[in-house]
Amino acid sequence: MLSPQKTLDTYYLEARRDLLEVAAMLDRYDEAVKRDGAKAENESKKVSLLGAMEILAQPEHPNANRAEQLLNHFAKIT
Amino acid sequence: MAMSGVVAVCEPAFWAGFDRRHPETFIDYFAQISEFEPTRAAEFGIRHYCWVAVNPKEAENKELTNEVLRQMPEFLEKPTCLGVGETGLHKSTPNEIESLQAHVEMAMKHDQLVLIHTPHLSDKAHGTKTVLEVLAGMDVNPDKIWIDHVEEQTIEPVLDAGYWAGMTLYPVTKCSPRRAVDILEKYPRERLLVNSSADWGPSDPFTLQESIVEFRRRGHSLQAAVEIYHNNPCRFLGQNPKWDIKPITISEE
Repeated sequence: MLSPQKTLDTYYLEARRDLLEVAAMLDRYDEAVKRDGAKAENESKKVSLLGAMEILAQPEHPNANRAEQLLNHFAKIT
Repeated sequence: MAMSGVVAVCEPAFWAGFDRRHPETFIDYFAQISEFEPTRAAEFGIRHYCWVAVNPKEAENKELTNEVLRQMPEFLEKPTCLGVGETGLHKSTPNEIESLQAHVEMAMKHDQLVLIHTPHLSDKAHGTKTVLEVLAGMDVNPDKIWIDHVEEQTIEPVLDAGYWAGMTLYPVTKCSPRRAVDILEKYPRERLLVNSSADWGPSDPFTLQESIVEFRRRGHSLQAAVEIYHNNPCRFLGQNPKWDIKPITISEE
């Protein structure tokens, strides 16, 4: 098992990359809206992603179950 | 790589994963990439070109840098050497800046192309700004300068200053194949280059093909892809007559 510091040092760059991909995907959506002059008919996937980030942004997760929370959150999207 | 459409690779003089201590080590390395590697790549149907420089990670050693620079012109004459690179900045120290200036001066004096590295991660914005400030204080031809590893936060000032801007695709640390396509969709493409790498850290040459597939998936034409991924490099590198691979036009889509 990794120490707390080793955990951050090992996975920080990959997590950074993944967050950048999410940011770029949302930018891609906004650019598409600008190009087409209209939002998607159904924005629930975007709303779901933003909701997921709110869950991640909560400072305390005493059960260390963010992944489980996100899976349950994403399960609401059909 | 050849089977996926790669016609040429360009190998910049690079950090070896450790700091070299002797000028002779650089000279042997320059000989390797300018003499041996073209023959090795040719066996696989790929043209091999190189650039020579003291890369920024080793430019802190002034004595070493000066001695390598003194011997570099010999390698600029090699039939597959495209110019001076990669020079640039790593931590943007005074010694690195001095080395960058000396490399660019040599390139301009010998009418060479220049490939400039910009720093990784948290140093990128500051380092890129410093590179642009250094170049602004010199007598350079922007047409001949490729500033590499741009990302969303650095591409605008590079293009605004008239330089070519390169996006280097990496699996983790730099631009991703999808983000590169976002940038291609947002900015004028005339001076944009996309490249991938095979080096001392996590890297994957085939991120370039991933980017091409992503570009096509978004509905861009084959010719548009060819313009960016083949023709733009030909236009920039073709300023050196040693690069004889021409831009191509697709006759039927």
